[in-house]
Amino acid sequence: MDAAVCILSLIDCCALIFLAVYFIITLSDLECDYINARACCSKLNKWVIPEMVCQCLSTVLMLVSTHWFIFLLNLPVAAWDIYRYVMVPVGNMGVFDPTEIHNRGQLKSHMKEAMIKLGYHLLCFFIYLYSMILALIND
Amino acid sequence: MSAPVNGYGQTPAPNGGASAPRQTGPVQTYTTTYPAVGYYGAPPQQRNNPTIPSHCMGMSSKAPVTNSGHHVNNYYQNHYHVAPTSSAPPPQRHAAAVPSSAPPPSAHYAQFQQQHPPYATPRAYYGQMAYHASPAQSQQQQPTLLPAPPSGPGAPLYPIISYPSAPGTSQYGTLVSNQTATTPRTIQYSNLQPGSTTTAAMHPGYNVAPSTQMASAVNGQGSTTHQHYDHQASYGGTANGERPPSGTPTTSVHSSPSHHQAGTQFGYVANSGTISASGPTAAPSSSSSEDDEDDDEEEEDEEAGGDTSSSTTGSASPAPNSYDSLEEDSMPPSANMTNQASPYGSYGYPTMQPAYGGGPTPLTDTQASRDLLGPSGYQQYPQPFPSLSQLSAALGGLSGVPELEVEALRPVNLLQERNLLPSKPLQAPEPNLSSELKKVNCSPQTFRCTLTSIPQTQALLNKARLPLGLLLHPFRDLEQLPVITSNTIVRCRYCRTYINPFVTFLDQRRWKCNLCYRVNDVPDEFMYNPVTRSYGEPHKRPEVQNATVEFIASSDYMLRPPQPAVYLFMLDVSHNAVESGYLKYFCESLMENLDKLPGDSRTKVGFLTFDSKVHFYNLQEGLSQPQMLVVTDIDDVFIPSHDSLMVSWKESKELIKDLLTSLPAMFTQSRETHSALGPALQAAFKLMSPTGGRVSVFQTQLPTLGAGLLQSREDPSQRASAKAVQHLGPATDFYKKFALDCSGQQIGVDLFLLSSQYADLASLACVSKYSAGSIFYYPSFHHIHNPAQLEKFQKDLERYLSRKMGFEAVMRIRCTKGLSIHTFHGNFFVRSTDLLSLANVNPDSAFAVQMSIDDSLVDSSLACFQAALLYTSSKGKRRIRVHTLCLPVVNQLSDVYAGADVQAITCLLANMAIDRSVSSSLSDARDALMNAAVDFVSAYKSNVSNLQHSGLVVPAAMRLLPLYILSLLKQRAFRTGMSTRLDERVFAMCEFKTQPLQQLMRMVHPDLYRLDNVSDQGTLHLNDRLVPQPPLLHLSAERLSRDGAFLMDCGSVFYLWVGKCCNEMFIRDVLEYPNYASIPTNMSCIPELKTLLSERVRAFLDWLQDNRAFSCILHVIKDDTSANATFFQHLVEDRPESGSSYCEFLQYIQQQVS
Repeated sequence: MDAAVCILSLIDCCALIFLAVYFIITLSDLECDYINARACCSKLNKWVIPEMVCQCLSTVLMLVSTHWFIFLLNLPVAAWDIYRYVMVPVGNMGVFDPTEIHNRGQLKSHMKEAMIKLGYHLLCFFIYLYSMILALIND
Repeated sequence: MSAPVNGYGQTPAPNGGASAPRQTGPVQTYTTTYPAVGYYGAPPQQRNNPTIPSHCMGMSSKAPVTNSGHHVNNYYQNHYHVAPTSSAPPPQRHAAAVPSSAPPPSAHYAQFQQQHPPYATPRAYYGQMAYHASPAQSQQQQPTLLPAPPSGPGAPLYPIISYPSAPGTSQYGTLVSNQTATTPRTIQYSNLQPGSTTTAAMHPGYNVAPSTQMASAVNGQGSTTHQHYDHQASYGGTANGERPPSGTPTTSVHSSPSHHQAGTQFGYVANSGTISASGPTAAPSSSSSEDDEDDDEEEEDEEAGGDTSSSTTGSASPAPNSYDSLEEDSMPPSANMTNQASPYGSYGYPTMQPAYGGGPTPLTDTQASRDLLGPSGYQQYPQPFPSLSQLSAALGGLSGVPELEVEALRPVNLLQERNLLPSKPLQAPEPNLSSELKKVNCSPQTFRCTLTSIPQTQALLNKARLPLGLLLHPFRDLEQLPVITSNTIVRCRYCRTYINPFVTFLDQRRWKCNLCYRVNDVPDEFMYNPVTRSYGEPHKRPEVQNATVEFIASSDYMLRPPQPAVYLFMLDVSHNAVESGYLKYFCESLMENLDKLPGDSRTKVGFLTFDSKVHFYNLQEGLSQPQMLVVTDIDDVFIPSHDSLMVSWKESKELIKDLLTSLPAMFTQSRETHSALGPALQAAFKLMSPTGGRVSVFQTQLPTLGAGLLQSREDPSQRASAKAVQHLGPATDFYKKFALDCSGQQIGVDLFLLSSQYADLASLACVSKYSAGSIFYYPSFHHIHNPAQLEKFQKDLERYLSRKMGFEAVMRIRCTKGLSIHTFHGNFFVRSTDLLSLANVNPDSAFAVQMSIDDSLVDSSLACFQAALLYTSSKGKRRIRVHTLCLPVVNQLSDVYAGADVQAITCLLANMAIDRSVSSSLSDARDALMNAAVDFVSAYKSNVSNLQHSGLVVPAAMRLLPLYILSLLKQRAFRTGMSTRLDERVFAMCEFKTQPLQQLMRMVHPDLYRLDNVSDQGTLHLNDRLVPQPPLLHLSAERLSRDGAFLMDCGSVFYLWVGKCCNEMFIRDVLEYPNYASIPTNMSCIPELKTLLSERVRAFLDWLQDNRAFSCILHVIKDDTSANATFFQHLVEDRPESGSSYCEFLQYIQQQVS
C-alpha cells in the first residue's frame, strides 16, 4: 500500500517537474521573443489546472497515507496554486494574461515562480524516491 | 517559424526584426559574396558590374545562387535587410506572402496588385544613386564654400543625361515580367514605363529650378522627390557603365558648391521664415516643377505632408505655425548654420567624431557639456570660428544652461511661496546637453522623459524617489518631417537601431551605435548625401541631422502587400439609439467628410447596423439602391455576401450617399430594445479579417444579447461613497480576446459610447484598448436635451474622420544598453518585450513606458531612446517614423532633480495609479499618489537640501508636483466623496492612458486666464496674427473677482466665467450683450465683433485651439447659475465638499515627512 502511494506520488512528481520545465522553456521563449505573448499565454493557461490538480493529488495522497511531514511540505504549494487560480480577475484570460504579462515585471515573477517550483519538485522527487525505496524494503 | 504558426503570420514585419543571433546568418552570407562592400554594399555592387548591362540580369545570374535559400527564411524571420536588390525579390516575396496569410479571395488580391505597384516603383527609384554626379571632392571644395547664386556652375549637370532612355526602361519592364510571368503582376510593372517617361518629360521643368529647388527639398518631402530624380536617372547611368566595379566613384564633376551650400542652409531653416535671398525664387520654381510631376509622386507628396502639408511641395515657402516660430526663434540665422557646418569638411575624420555634424563645440563650452560629449576627443582640434557672428550665436545658445540649472535647483518653501505658476504655460525642461545636441534633439512634444538627466544607477534612481519613464506621441501631426527614400535604411547590425544624430562616426567608413556601442560599417550608399549632393559626408545625411525622420520602407519591411485603407462603421440602431438621435448627425458628418477619409483608390468602406439582429448593407456598384441583408442567427453569425459588403469608396460613392441619407429614417419605428454588440463585432471581424483596417463602433447601451453580453454592475447609491470603488476592471474576457484577435488581423476598433445609462465601459473599453483604437464617451447624449454633447460629438467626428491614419503598425522602443522598459501604458498590445502591436495608429494617441536601470550607466555620458513606428499609410506606402531622444547621464542626485520634468512625472504617476486602482483598489491608488509626493519631499530633504528649513522645501523644478498631485486626486478618475458615475470614471482613466501630455496637463490642471483686461503686454506675433498672452492664474477662487471675466482651458472644453459685476465694456464688446443680466445661460460661442477687445480674445482663443487636435467647445458661465459648480470644481486649490485644499494637502505632506 505504502509503496503504491509512493510510486503514484513519484509519477505525479515527475509530471510536475516536466510541467515546471515546460513553463520555464515557454516563458524564456517569450522573453527571447521567439513566440508572442498571445501564443505563450494560451499554451501556459492550458496547463494551470492540470498543475493544480497534480499538486493537490500528491497533497491528498500524502494526507491519506499519513505522511505528515511531506503533507505539510506540499500543502503551501497546493494552496498557492489554488489561490493563484481563484484570484484571477474576471476580465483576465487566465493566470497568464497576454496583455499583462509584459507589464510590471510579471514575466520575471512568473519565471521566478516556475524556477522555485522546479527546485521544490526536484526535492520532492528525491523524498518520494527515498520513501518508495524504504516502503519497498519494509514490504 | 513561429510567426505564422502562432497566428500572427499576417502581421507586418515588426520593425525590430529578429533577435541578434538570427541576424548573423544572412550577414555573413553577404560579406562572403561581396567582400568588397560588406553587407549593405551588396546592391550597388551588383549594379556596378559593367559587364552586365542590366542589374536585373545581374540579379538573376547571381543573387539566387547565394540568396534564395535565405530568402524564404528571412521572410519568416522578419528580416528586413534581405539585400537581393533589383526587381526579382518582390514577386518571390509576394508569392510567399499569399499562402502564409489567411486565405483572401484571390480576386481581391489581384485587384490590389493592379492598382498598386508597391515594389516596382520604389525599386525603380533606387536604381543606382547618382554617384556619378557626386564625387568625393567635397573635402577639397568645402573650405571654400560660399553662398553662391542659384545658377551655380553645377546646375547644368543636375539634369543627369541619362534619364531613363527607352531601351533602359523597356528592358527593365520585360525582364521583370519574364520573371514574374506566372503572377498577375505583369501589369503593374508595365505601369512603370509610362511613369518613368513622364518623369523624363517633365525633367525640363525641373531644370528650371536649379539649386534653389534643391534647397527647398531639404526639410520636407522635397528631399524625397529629389531623390527620385536621382534614382530615375540612374538607369541610364548604370547602363552606360560609367562606374568601375570598385564602388568608389571616379567621376569628378561635382554638382556645384552652391548646391551644397544652399542645401545645408535650408536644411535647417527652410521653414523658419529666415530664408535668405534665394528663398523667393525657390518658391515659385519648385512649385512649378512639382506641379508637373506625375501622379505617383504627387500622391506621395501629399501624403507625406498629410495634415502637415507645409512640409510638402512648398517647403520653401514658409508656413510656420505657432509652434514652429516659437521654436525657431532661438535658432541662429542661416548664415551661421552654414558657417558652422563648413569647418567640418576640412578634418578628414580624425579619430572619433560625433555624428551630429552641426559644427564644432564652441570654445565657451562649459565643463558640464564638455563632459557630456564624452569620448569624442572633440576639444583637441583647434576649431577656428569662421566669423564673429557665429561665436556670439554659440554663446547665446549656451549661456542659459548653468543658470537654468541653478534656477531649477533653487529651494522653494511651498508653505511660504504662494505664486508658483509661471506666467506662461509650463514648458518642458531642456536637457543639459551641448547646444549642438540640443538643436537636433527630438521635440519634447513627441518624446519626453520624466527625468531629463538620467541617473547613473538604479540606486540613484531609487534615492530620487521619482519614476523614470518616457512619454511618447509618435504619430503626432508634424509641421515638418524629413522623408527619406533610400535603398538601404542604415541600422545597427546588432541591435537594429536606426542611424540617428547621436551615433558616432569613427571614421568615414564606420559608425558606432549609440544604443549598443557596437561598431558598424557605413554602407556605400550612405556616403552620398542627397541633400548636399556630395560624396563622403555621411554625417550630413538627413538621417544624421534630424532626430525625427521618416523612411519610405522597402518590401523588406512587409509581410504582405501594404493593406488598403478599410473602414467599417458599426452602428447601434436599437430603440435606445434611435431615441438618442445620434444616427442623423453621424450620417451628416460622414457625408460631409466622406472625401476627407484618408485613403487612395483602393479604400473600402462598409456599414453594419445591429440591434437584436445584425444588418449588412450590400453596396455593390451597379445596384440601384443599397440592399439590406439581415442575419438573425446571432449565436453563429455569418457573412451573407463576401465581396459586396465592403465596397470601394470611389466606385460606390452614390450608393454610400444613398444609404447615409436613408439610414436615419430607416429605424425610427424600431421597438427593438436589445443590443447584440458581441455578435455584431464577430461579424465585423469576419468582414475585416482579410484586409485589416478600422472598425468604428457606435454603441448606446449595455450589450444584452449573444456573446459578450453584460450586466449592470453599478450601484448608483455608491457613486459618492468614499469606500472602495469596484468594477473598474472588465466583467468578461470576451472583449479582450476579441481585441487580441483583431490586433492579430490588423483591425483596430474605435469605440464611441453615447449612453445615457451605465453601459459598462470598463468591459467595452477593452475592445479598443488592446486593438490600439480610441475611445470616445458622451455621457447622457441626447440630440435635443444635451446640445453640448451633441456639439462635441460633431466636432470630434469631424476630426476623427479626417485625421491621418496608419495601418498595420508596430512600434519598437529601444533604449541605451543598461536601461530596460518594464511597463507600458496606452492602447496597444505588447507583443514582445519591446514591440508594441498597433493595428491602427492615429495622430492623437500617446503612449507611456516605465523604465528601470538594469546595468549602471557609468561608461556612458549620454542615454538615448529610439522609438520606431512602422506603419502603412492610408496611401498604401510602408513607412517608418523614427524618433530619437538623447539625454545626459548624471551621477549626482541634485542633477537628477534639476532635470526632473514635473509634468511628465505627473502623467506617468497618473498612469501608474490607474494600473494600481484596477489591479488593487482606488484607495490604494490614491495613497500611492500621495506617497509619491511625500516620498519625494522627504528624499529631497534628507539627501540634497543642506539648509535646515522648517517649511516644506522642494527644488524649484519640482515646485508644482504637490499641486499637480492634488489635482490628480481631484480628477474624475481618482476622486472619492463626490458623485461620479462609474463609466465617467473609467473613461477618465482611459483618457489618462491615451491623451498626449499637453492635453492631459490641461485636463489635470486647467489653465486659468483673466480675459476682461487683456493687454498687449507680451503679445505673441504669429504670421500676421497678434496673440495676446494673459498671465496664468492659480486655480483658486481667491484669484477670481466679481468684476472680471475668466477663461479656463480644460483641454477639451473652455469655460468663460463672467462675474456678476463684470465690466459692461467686456460684455458689450466681446459677448455682444448690453449687460450682465441679458447674457443667456447656455451661450456657447463668441460672436465675431470688430472691436479691439473681441479681436484680442478671439485671437487668443484661436491660438489655444490651434494647439490641440480636437476642437473645444466653449461654455459661457454666469456667476449665479447652476453651471457655476462645473466651473468651480476645477479650482483645485480650494477645498471641495469633501477633500482637502492645497494648503491642507501641503500640511499633510509636511506631517508625513517629519
